[in-house]
Amino acid sequence: MQNKFIVSSSPHLHTPDSTGGIMFDVIIALLPATIYGIIIFGYRAALIILVSIVSALLSEFVWNKLTKKENSLYDLSAVVTGLLLALNLPSSLPLWMAAVGSAVAIIIVKQMFGGLGQNFVNPAIAARIVLLVSFPAAMTKFYEPFGEIVSSATPLAAETGAYNVKDLLLGMHAGSIGETSSLLLLIGGIYLILRKVISPAIPCCFIGAVFVFSLILGSDPISAIFSGGLFIGAFFMATDYVTSPAMPWGQIIFGVGCGLLTVIIREFAALPEGVSYAILLMNILVPHINRLTARKPFGTEAANNE
Amino acid sequence: MSLKESILKPIAKLKGGAHIPHFKNTAEAESVVMDAPATVTIPLKQHIGAECVATVQKDDKVFVGTVIADSTAPLSAPIHSSVSGTVKEIKKISQPNGVVNSIVIESDGEMTPDPSLKPRKIKTAKQLVQACRECGLVGLGGAGFPVHIKLESLLKPEIDTLIINCAECEPYITSDYRECMENYDDILNGVYLLRDIFELKNVIIAIEGNKPKAIEKLYEVASDIQDEADNVKLMCLDTSYPQGAEKMLVYTTTGKKIPLGKLPADVGCAVMNITSISALYRFIRTGMPLVSKRVTVDGNAIAKPQNVIVPIGTSVQDIIDFCGGADENIEKIILGGPMMGSAIKDTETVIAKQSNAVLCFKNIKPIRTTPCIRCGRCAAACPMFLAPGAVEHSIDHNFTNLENLNVMSCIECGSCSYVCPAGRPLTAAMRTGKFELRRLQNAK
Repeated sequence: MQNKFIVSSSPHLHTPDSTGGIMFDVIIALLPATIYGIIIFGYRAALIILVSIVSALLSEFVWNKLTKKENSLYDLSAVVTGLLLALNLPSSLPLWMAAVGSAVAIIIVKQMFGGLGQNFVNPAIAARIVLLVSFPAAMTKFYEPFGEIVSSATPLAAETGAYNVKDLLLGMHAGSIGETSSLLLLIGGIYLILRKVISPAIPCCFIGAVFVFSLILGSDPISAIFSGGLFIGAFFMATDYVTSPAMPWGQIIFGVGCGLLTVIIREFAALPEGVSYAILLMNILVPHINRLTARKPFGTEAANNE
Repeated sequence: MSLKESILKPIAKLKGGAHIPHFKNTAEAESVVMDAPATVTIPLKQHIGAECVATVQKDDKVFVGTVIADSTAPLSAPIHSSVSGTVKEIKKISQPNGVVNSIVIESDGEMTPDPSLKPRKIKTAKQLVQACRECGLVGLGGAGFPVHIKLESLLKPEIDTLIINCAECEPYITSDYRECMENYDDILNGVYLLRDIFELKNVIIAIEGNKPKAIEKLYEVASDIQDEADNVKLMCLDTSYPQGAEKMLVYTTTGKKIPLGKLPADVGCAVMNITSISALYRFIRTGMPLVSKRVTVDGNAIAKPQNVIVPIGTSVQDIIDFCGGADENIEKIILGGPMMGSAIKDTETVIAKQSNAVLCFKNIKPIRTTPCIRCGRCAAACPMFLAPGAVEHSIDHNFTNLENLNVMSCIECGSCSYVCPAGRPLTAAMRTGKFELRRLQNAK
């Protein structure tokens, strides 16, 4: 028997979970909405998704090469960013814009701030907003499902009552590739909750807050929660670990804050959609929320009682 | 009263921790007594406190139970020979707690007990504390704190609750469980003796719910004992790691939180490992001090996983040989549990009083590390509510804010490293944090 053993410090056991595994779960959870988006918006949707993911991977690869960092493609976080961005783009968008969006997400928002885990805002959301500000016309030109008809009237922009709840749930309306079917996004979200990848706190508070505040402000709360990018935002973008609070109370504050800002932007601002901006603004507050909700060590109260 | 009704439920729930597979593969096999090895090497420091000084010399004849080393320091426990034979030499060996002087004894194979050993009659608390020291008893759960010091604290009237720790929450280890199944009489007699001598108000024998047979066994035996006070209770703990950690155990069994930097005594409790109790009673009953230890031998690189009762000072190599040998691809040997035990560098390492397992592993899957993704699982898993990720970050950034992260209260249970999907060595970071904080404070 050899007498050279591995000497490492405890613990000597490790969970089967891994960063790549978590990212893979997110990809699985996004698949129903992705496939559905391709079905209703056709091959162009598939192209946008492909270009966006390839651009994200390529940007990460090139950045790692230029900065002499270790290859990090295997952690799948670039795939998730590319996919999430694509699902938030209209299928009519020129492909090069999607490629630019992914490159912005990976290089400017993620890597320039230190790479995985260091970015302070969600890369896909920031990139979407960059595209929205840079190419407002192209970013708001939506196809109707199964159609070539260009429509700018997403349910949010349309008159109240133009869509029924069934259409909203199934996503039979104009919109970004992956955001239309709240039902399929919900299924993906529940998968993530069951796999314990995300906690239900953020999406529940986010969607709940949009419902309540819309009701207070006199809009139809049902269509408010099922339209726009709320479900994809609440389940997949607001729950990004890096840019959301870790502690339960922090997650509740974050979720409610996202919901409140979404409604305020939708009702009062001259912007087509509030979810992305709301998440972006709340992302910036995360360090403060974390500080506010940091736990005291076990036994602190007992020490104070003495 | 039916069994279920009279077994207590935990008062509070353990918050945090990790769901770790139990791997209690050796639970149902009777312990096997290993024959005396050709030589034993007995370290002179097997406890927290001062190293003992040898009281024997080369070529001295010793018996099983002969005192071979002792110390005058209060925080220490005497050390006894675990075999009969001849003292060969005193040499330094490398143990998990450092390089220590050790007495090498060549066994004559007879295992003759020291003729001076005799049972004790215990009438007073002082006698019991004295007996505990003579037994050489240290905390057998792994910490190795001299038990007589703990018993002295029970003399204070405000300490009225004794918690017997049989959580055994570390994966693989089943030695405390086998103690319950095989030495239940010594356990219960010891418990009742302690209660009567120290006039304790409550005694809670706390066992994790994944050991129902141990709970049943102790209950069965205890229900035959006539006890008017009826204040010795069994408690079925939730099965979660690190349930057996002292602070967590006091909280779940009594609902009391031990203040930061304090001990169970500060909330009126004392915690003792279940095997410590039976070892103490066996000493009182027979006069034989702590000279042997049951260790769980397990892991995927050992031929015959089982519980083995070995003389203290037996080398890991001798134990592996006794258990059918190890696989040629063996990569790692752990003394103790996989969460808090120490990986040892060679098989010369010996079993000390506080050792409770030898785990041999091969085909260890390498952990792929990525940058921290700030999922917060480390903080959620920390039973002390610390933020291991923040500590690691602080260490990487010139120890910024380290003093505000309460790193000193880390119990090093390993939960944070276990749950980390990014494979960060967080428990190691906590240890570094403690070390650096001490250094920074000393520099001031």
